Amino acid sequence: MSRPFRRVADLSLAELRQHLRAGSFALQTGSLTSRIRSGLPDVARSIHVLYGNHAFEIAPDFSDFHVEVRQPRNLRRWIRRQVEFLIDGERPFEPLPRDQAPAFLEWGLNWCIAASCHQWITIHAACLERDGLAIVLPAPPGSGKSTLCAALSHRGWRLLSDELALLDPKTLLAHALARPINLKNASIELIRAFEPDSVWGPETYDTAKGRVTHLRPPLDSVNRMLQPARPAWIVFPRYEAGAPPLLTPRSKAQTFIHFTQNSFNYGPLGRSGFDTCARLISQCDCYDFSYSKLDDAVEVFDWLSGQLPAGTV
Amino acid sequence: MSNCVTIAARDFVELIRFPERAVAISLAQWDSLLRVAKHTNLIGRLAEGVICKGIHQNLPPKVRTHLDSAYVLTTHQREAIGWELRHISKALKNVDTDIVVLKGAAYVLRGSSAAQGRLFGDVDVLVARTALNNTEAALMVHGWTAGQHDPYDQKFYRQWMHEIPPMTNRARGTVIDVHHNILPTIARNCPNVDLLLAASQPVPNTIFRTFCATDMVIHSATHLFHESELQNGLRDLFDLDSLLTEFSVASTDFWIELADRAALLRLELPVYLALRLTKAIIGTSVPGQVLAKLESSMQPVSRRIKALEAIYLRALMPDHPGCGNHWSTTLARGAVFLRGHFLRMPPTLLSWHLSRKLVIRLFRNTSRST
Repeated sequence: MSRPFRRVADLSLAELRQHLRAGSFALQTGSLTSRIRSGLPDVARSIHVLYGNHAFEIAPDFSDFHVEVRQPRNLRRWIRRQVEFLIDGERPFEPLPRDQAPAFLEWGLNWCIAASCHQWITIHAACLERDGLAIVLPAPPGSGKSTLCAALSHRGWRLLSDELALLDPKTLLAHALARPINLKNASIELIRAFEPDSVWGPETYDTAKGRVTHLRPPLDSVNRMLQPARPAWIVFPRYEAGAPPLLTPRSKAQTFIHFTQNSFNYGPLGRSGFDTCARLISQCDCYDFSYSKLDDAVEVFDWLSGQLPAGTV
Repeated sequence: MSNCVTIAARDFVELIRFPERAVAISLAQWDSLLRVAKHTNLIGRLAEGVICKGIHQNLPPKVRTHLDSAYVLTTHQREAIGWELRHISKALKNVDTDIVVLKGAAYVLRGSSAAQGRLFGDVDVLVARTALNNTEAALMVHGWTAGQHDPYDQKFYRQWMHEIPPMTNRARGTVIDVHHNILPTIARNCPNVDLLLAASQPVPNTIFRTFCATDMVIHSATHLFHESELQNGLRDLFDLDSLLTEFSVASTDFWIELADRAALLRLELPVYLALRLTKAIIGTSVPGQVLAKLESSMQPVSRRIKALEAIYLRALMPDHPGCGNHWSTTLARGAVFLRGHFLRMPPTLLSWHLSRKLVIRLFRNTSRST
């Protein structure tokens, strides 16, 4: 980024809380600006930790989303306490238990992008970059996509996004969000052991997904979040207990089917969505990858990044 | 929201009417305006307007992105409605009854400009009450399910309402609402649905029918002025504006027929309010004679009707912080909420229904939500 900017960590927690309470805090993630209002102290703490490296603005002229995390204005504020997520005063979700407020903000922001950013084709996938080339890891929940993404992002790959691959139909470039990585259950300890210096948000228990927390994205991925990258590989990861690392080529037709199934807006984009996916897949090498150990996985992806994909010549 | 530029509700309406004015809007105003447009479900109309006028290249890139995204969605939804109607015709082609498509999907079938830039929810159809069972069964055979409704919900719909519980298609997740009237059977001024069915018109090359021109307007007006929540109120008013303008251009007798038809169906009040308010808020050209005719058939226009008009004039404005959240709109919305419920159910039933809802809300989603 050329012009100097302030990072969230430059604010004291008290200042951040004040801006959040006033609804003037605007967070920059990739090219998107989200104006966030919340009087909840745990939400402020979570933003302070997880987005410490991100740029912010105070009451900018324009924000893409205006969201709020707050306690409901009814009895559920006090009894069986809940929290609700609002975008422009609307509640797209049912309220959640009060202690899930920080995670709710993350899920809510994901929803904002998936529901309304049709300038990209959005894929439920992790996306990382190395030497200017991007790898897309689409996968259903439970396949170990986020765990793998967290490991790679601390071993030489730049994190573009953990949940949402944003692909531009015109340029076919993948755009970055550099948002925190959502990890669940046993993956949390696994990544803590894998990267002891990693920084974490608060843990939430008993969500629909089990125990969840978020991992702060590495500094370099935040510094370069406005740089897109050209996708060169599409890999479908699958965690299998005890399995040796196995990278097997996958047909483009089959890749197409599963790739589009993981898209949030393939339908609405119509023909443009079809063409974009077709062109993208034809320029990428496509694989299945099963693994059980993160170190093995890192080695395989290192090897992969040394291979020049067919479409790049 | 603090230190945000608000946009006057009037200016917002003017912009939807005259999209070419978009070029004069500052980025800070857009920040509020886009949110009001999303909140009122008018962003699609705004996007189509701006794109049709060829001025969206002159707008700030960030704004253009949001309008383009809305355009993608509305274009897709129009296609998706056509696709869904094909599935519905496959399911219902052997049911021996007239199937009248209502509201948004009907505007698409008729190629009305009211369908432009509209975001659709469910498909609504109407059949004769005697054909309900066969229609429901045919939909079930073709993959629609009624979802989980407890005995109370079942009773609520089947005994009191004008529709059966919404049915969701298992494969596509789409929802169809099957109606047998346009107002709840226990509502005070529930019209004779046979009159509406008899006047309905076939849509060429489909198994479907729609209401005739006057009845489409009457239905839209009745729906709007019996609704207890007006979040889409302004959008519905713009729909009415499109329909009125199109139909009155197509037939010179339209206005008189509309007044006669409203009197026959005993729905003069919603039609009167619709005409007065589209005229006042959007500037639709409504001839004075037709208003006079409606007034005369309602006997002297009472103070109650004047008060209603004043309430709706406020309540139809966007209720969003981006428009300054005027207290009178909030108050008027409250009045409309009560009125909508009052019109729908007798008071004892209503108080029981609302207290039941409150208790359920208190105990829902305590430990986890799906």
